[in-house]
Amino acid sequence: MFRIDGGDFAGAGAVSSKIKKILQHIGTKPEIIRRASIATYEAEMNVVIHATMGEIALDATPSIVHIRILDEGPGIPDIDRAMQPGYSTAPDEIREMGFGAGMGLPNMERCADKLDIKSVVGIGTTVDMVFRNE
Amino acid sequence: MTIREIVQPLGLKLVVEGASDKEILGGYTSDLLSDVMANAKSGYLWITNQKHQNCVAVASLLDLCGVIIVGGTQPDEDTVAKARAEQLPLYTSDMSAFDIAGRLYEMGVRGPIQP
Repeated sequence: MFRIDGGDFAGAGAVSSKIKKILQHIGTKPEIIRRASIATYEAEMNVVIHATMGEIALDATPSIVHIRILDEGPGIPDIDRAMQPGYSTAPDEIREMGFGAGMGLPNMERCADKLDIKSVVGIGTTVDMVFRNE
Repeated sequence: MTIREIVQPLGLKLVVEGASDKEILGGYTSDLLSDVMANAKSGYLWITNQKHQNCVAVASLLDLCGVIIVGGTQPDEDTVAKARAEQLPLYTSDMSAFDIAGRLYEMGVRGPIQP
């Protein structure tokens, strides 16, 4: 279980990097590592940009990788809308850094074999992602 | 072709040398981090106007071979420190992203082939 602090841009990417190293260590296929790293980074950035704090849990065997990201934050009022490429609620200063292009959730959906998002407005969001080694 | 081999012809300015002897397997130009995450591949050289430290995190996660910050922009101090820690080659140029990408294309560097 790894902790992420909302607004911590300096530390952003550290958890994704740790997860990538663990997966390399246990011998997961490079293609799965690549997809899992990209999706985890997008999820981690979402926590940093939108939430107060979050946690990432990794459950991995060489053939299947399950990553759960849960946060305390504003939640997502309309998940279908949030999944649309280009839709973003990120503030301007975040967009100037090259984040908030509305590509994060679509990237996660494309990379993961299974993506499940549950969210309660005002409480937080839980994202489950599964990556399979075919 | 390695980054070291393009430094002189492109007039790149060295910030962090890192592993500059790695082969350039392709190139990608973007200032949107999710766009880079989605489309740049392992061993690619990334051309960008972004200068903050999250660029290093993206480059390391994707195993990019290096980053060129264009348009005369200088990287933030913590970007340089992180690039050094990650052994990520980091260069700057006064040229625009368009011109750098054009020169690299002429030299045979290609991006991802779109379906």
